[in-house]
Amino acid sequence: MFPETLEWPLERWVNQFLDWLIVGYGDQFEAFSGVILRILIQIESMLRAIPWWGMIIIIAALAWHASRRWQLSLLVTICLVLIGSLGLWDMAIQTMALMIISVLISILVGLPVGVLMANSNRLRSILLPVLDAMQTMPPFVYLVPAVMLFGLGKVSAIVATVIFAIPPLVRLTDLGIRLVDADVMEASRSFGTGRLKQLISVQIPLAMPNIMAGINQCTMMALGMVVVASMIGARGLGEYVLTGIQRLDVGKGMAGGIAIVALAIIFDRITQAYGQRKMKTHGPK
Amino acid sequence: MSKIEIDSVSKIFGDDPVTIVPLLDEDMSKSDILEKHEHVVGLRKVSLNIEAGEIFVIMGLSGSGKSTLIRHLNRLIDPTSGAIRIDGIDIMSVDMKELQHLRQTKLSMVFQRFALMPHRTVLENVAYGLEVRGDELKSREEEARKWIGKVGLDGYEDRYPSELSGGMQQRVGLARGLATNPDVLLMDEAFSALDPLIRHDMQHILLDLQNELHKTVVFITHDLDEALAIGDRIAILHDGVLVQVGTPEEIVLRPADDYVRRFVHNVNRSRALRVEAIMGDAVPLFEGPSIPRSSFLEEILPKFVSNEDGLVVVNEDGSVCGHLTLASTMDAIAVATND
Repeated sequence: MFPETLEWPLERWVNQFLDWLIVGYGDQFEAFSGVILRILIQIESMLRAIPWWGMIIIIAALAWHASRRWQLSLLVTICLVLIGSLGLWDMAIQTMALMIISVLISILVGLPVGVLMANSNRLRSILLPVLDAMQTMPPFVYLVPAVMLFGLGKVSAIVATVIFAIPPLVRLTDLGIRLVDADVMEASRSFGTGRLKQLISVQIPLAMPNIMAGINQCTMMALGMVVVASMIGARGLGEYVLTGIQRLDVGKGMAGGIAIVALAIIFDRITQAYGQRKMKTHGPK
Repeated sequence: MSKIEIDSVSKIFGDDPVTIVPLLDEDMSKSDILEKHEHVVGLRKVSLNIEAGEIFVIMGLSGSGKSTLIRHLNRLIDPTSGAIRIDGIDIMSVDMKELQHLRQTKLSMVFQRFALMPHRTVLENVAYGLEVRGDELKSREEEARKWIGKVGLDGYEDRYPSELSGGMQQRVGLARGLATNPDVLLMDEAFSALDPLIRHDMQHILLDLQNELHKTVVFITHDLDEALAIGDRIAILHDGVLVQVGTPEEIVLRPADDYVRRFVHNVNRSRALRVEAIMGDAVPLFEGPSIPRSSFLEEILPKFVSNEDGLVVVNEDGSVCGHLTLASTMDAIAVATND
């Protein structure tokens, strides 16, 4: 047996910390929760307002814009029709809204963090293990405190999804910026470019293929969280799969699963195509 | 006042470079400083004056500190000690904002590996310096187009750098450097990455442009032939120490030490020496073909075939200024094989 004198009461500390957070800052968390929820509802009602054929046209157009290939437009159309024909259209839209806001928050937070990390080796050495922990920690561990802070429902699901999905985006942004040719950076400096202008006009554009790969990864991880997130009250395809499993209704589970895969194909192929097109014109020779 | 004054500039690389500066005054050697103090001496009390309108070549092998030195002129690297003055202004005294302004208006740089921005078209690359300093879109594109034309890249405005050959990419680099209309053009081994024929073309483009523009050009190279072909004056760096400064003729005819002599040994003298460097006094009443005083020996050699007695050297306006004999010409060219 491990000697008891060497044990330390991490469990109690964490619980105490959480209690202190809830008692002291509960209102702030609730306010934050409200803001996110309002944005989510906005996005959701916007997506719902689009008729099904309108949605297919928009996404097929997006696929063409990303890839300049009609085959991809056809593929995403097939996927969307498949989702609709399984009777899961509304749920897919709910899941889509949840993903869009999760990915947007991830980009809003992850991109600047990645940029800062690329500029500071010290910050990088601090953040890398944190990112490792975020990726390996079982999601249930932060699902419960998320619920305690943000309440049961969509916001907690978004917070958990962001924690799970953000690490690859941060990593690839950092990598992309570090890989920008030092000669090009020196050249831009030699023309009297300021730090911010250098970031916007040189570093981010040249890191774009990697950043797009990060967004792609982020999107896929977010989709992977859909079923888990439904356990704390997120609606959508995840919930459908979850009820299927709970009732031992294999057919229902399978239908939901296929719809999730179809969504994944749509998001994956479109974000990947954007990244590859950037690589062609912007990437290194 | 010279255009650029480099005043006893030293650059030490290491953890605590300032503490090493006094050792330079004690004449401690580079290897001793590396061994005993773990610092690398990049430049050692280099002083140079570069005049407005000249092509000044800084030559040395890799590790001689030439690329370090040129980066001091626009402060991509700061010196450990010493001063650098451009138009009499000590550039170490300016703040970041003034330095950026200096880089935007007065100095620009052309790089060995081109350093073009792969995500920008040729036009956008050439206009980059103008964009940074805030010129209007219309005026900067107009200006960029003009320079693209001058370097012979008309029709390539909308191509990306990756679609161009090395020589063409460096023309873009040159156009980008010239587009901001700087007084001083810094060229860091600008033609070293190009194959010999293209390099030769680029040297001519530079010389043609220089005839028209009269910029102050600081040109770094490791190739003495290149230095002799384009330099009005040449400085030779060895291990961070300036060993000789002079005109191409002075370098070839009177190398300062063994290091320079070794360089000069392999050089094609007939291509480096001009008639005026070796001609004798004019011989009265001598009749013979006339040659311009600024010709290279290589160019006039064939004329000796039917005129062994000598050639008449003339000024640009055609007036006689000297006499060139076959013997003195052979002597000048042959020195290399004697030692």
